[in-house]
Amino acid sequence: MTAASPIGPDKGRKIRGIVVTDAITMTWRNMLNLLRTPQVVVFATIQPMMFVFMFRYVFGGAIAIPGFSYPYIDYLMPGVFAQAVVFGAIMTGVGLAQDLKQGLIERFRSLPMAGSSVLVGRTTADLMRNTFVISLMCAVGFAVGFRIHTNALAFAAGVGLMLLFAYSMSWVFAFVGLVTGDAEAAQAASFPILIPMVFASTAFVSVATMPEWLQVFARNQPVSQVINGVRALCVGGPTAAYVIHALLWIAAITLVFGALSVWRYRRA
Amino acid sequence: MPADAAIRAEHLGKQFGEVVALDDVSLEVPAGSVLGLLGPNGAGKTTAVRILTTLLRPDRGMATVLGLDVTKHAQEVRASIGLAGQYAAVDEKLTGHENLQLVGRLTHLAKAEIARRSDELLERFQLTDAADRTVQTYSGGMRRRLDLAASLVHRPPVLFLDEPTTGLDPQSRIEMWAILEELVGGGTTLLLTTQYLEEADRLADRIVVIDSGSVIAEGTSVELKAHLASTVIEVGLHDVESATRTAELLASLGSPAANGMLVSLATDDGARSMVDVVRHLDAAGVEPATISLREPTLDDVFLALTGRASRPETAPDGGGRRKRRFRREQDGNAS
Repeated sequence: MTAASPIGPDKGRKIRGIVVTDAITMTWRNMLNLLRTPQVVVFATIQPMMFVFMFRYVFGGAIAIPGFSYPYIDYLMPGVFAQAVVFGAIMTGVGLAQDLKQGLIERFRSLPMAGSSVLVGRTTADLMRNTFVISLMCAVGFAVGFRIHTNALAFAAGVGLMLLFAYSMSWVFAFVGLVTGDAEAAQAASFPILIPMVFASTAFVSVATMPEWLQVFARNQPVSQVINGVRALCVGGPTAAYVIHALLWIAAITLVFGALSVWRYRRA
Repeated sequence: MPADAAIRAEHLGKQFGEVVALDDVSLEVPAGSVLGLLGPNGAGKTTAVRILTTLLRPDRGMATVLGLDVTKHAQEVRASIGLAGQYAAVDEKLTGHENLQLVGRLTHLAKAEIARRSDELLERFQLTDAADRTVQTYSGGMRRRLDLAASLVHRPPVLFLDEPTTGLDPQSRIEMWAILEELVGGGTTLLLTTQYLEEADRLADRIVVIDSGSVIAEGTSVELKAHLASTVIEVGLHDVESATRTAELLASLGSPAANGMLVSLATDDGARSMVDVVRHLDAAGVEPATISLREPTLDDVFLALTGRASRPETAPDGGGRRKRRFRREQDGNAS
């Protein structure tokens, strides 16, 4: 009766094949979308640039970091990287919410494609956008006095760690986007999560100046842990523990929100 | 199971929380034919299509496409169907050509086939000139044509169209009909939902009318019309109040329905009833603007079956089960 079935005995291999090719196709589609909305990429880079200038030249002089023996800019840059990728991750959710609203997700779900590729393609394209944003931020940072005190390899590892974190945050907002199903709502829902994550952290200041109760949160939350890891890779000092904590957070966030997003996508 | 049913649904039921979107829908579409699924907003048309296209799992009942169960063999079903929806599901930032390429790649066609197929479809749907422009520059009619083209890239033998002409201007609608007629001529099995009777009348071999999630009538358009009555008397009034009053006056002659300034009365004996109508109007001193006899349209059938657009007390007892509770919000929730 199922003679019409296009799937033969090599079903398993075929399915693994389409998981990869469909993910590539969807990445291509999302990259085209990004390239054709350059204003999104521009705004995604202007904001962190403003942060660099603001904290370097406006607030920087008033901020003291106890126990940090290098110029403030070297403390600041890993924080700006994190701020840029965390805020940038909202775009993952906004993009998925738009796809939902336009009925594109419906079309994709009616095609014989790997369902995972809709999410993987989106987060992968966003990873590429983040790579571009971080590279630009590095250039801006170096131009205003940011220096590496370890070596090129450690710095590259730091950038890699930040990009992994960016990828995990994309999955958080993929889930937010799928749940809200509306670009504005996704954006509105994102800020209350982001502001405390980014500012009650080690991104711009030392947590030692915060009240006791806030310190507990600020020290242990993922944004701080990742920034600490990246900062250690840039300036040296004890590194391994920070990096391991950061990697654990990244793995946990990716697993939890990856699973939640896939679950939500299936019943979208 | 007869092998010739390309689409078959048996007692489909689907509930969203408290809202019953589908109560009991069974239908069958023979291969190569066109079924028009007709119903008002919220009748459950979209929900039925979403189940048949594997987007939604039914709570009750089962459905097959080309003999494959839509829940158990969803991925195989997807390879043989095309879906074009009420809202053109094309990527605004991609060009027309890229949109077709995207679907071609996601349906795993060979590279050369994708190129050939997208050129062919762009030409057929008069989009060749716009092929390299992003969709955001397209008109509504162009988007809808592209959406339909996208659903055809992998040559699906079974096509589902959810209100393909809703929101289109009359010119684009007529163009769309011509395209669909050509498609059907090529042997594609088509299930089409619509609110427009003219559309069902023109395109569908058979029509299933659903209301409040249940099938209330089915047959060919001729059968449905015959089921109603042989003639319709239409009285045009000068204002809505006299139309309402006229409908009340004529209630003794049958089941008149007032729709704006127009009152229609279905009857088996046109000439005789016409005399009665005139007599009633004259006795009550009502002055009609126009009065005419005409063949029933699908609109009359629809009105008779669903009671839509007619006042409750004059609504004819059209033989359908009526469960109107959740009518309004249904499609909104379902889509």
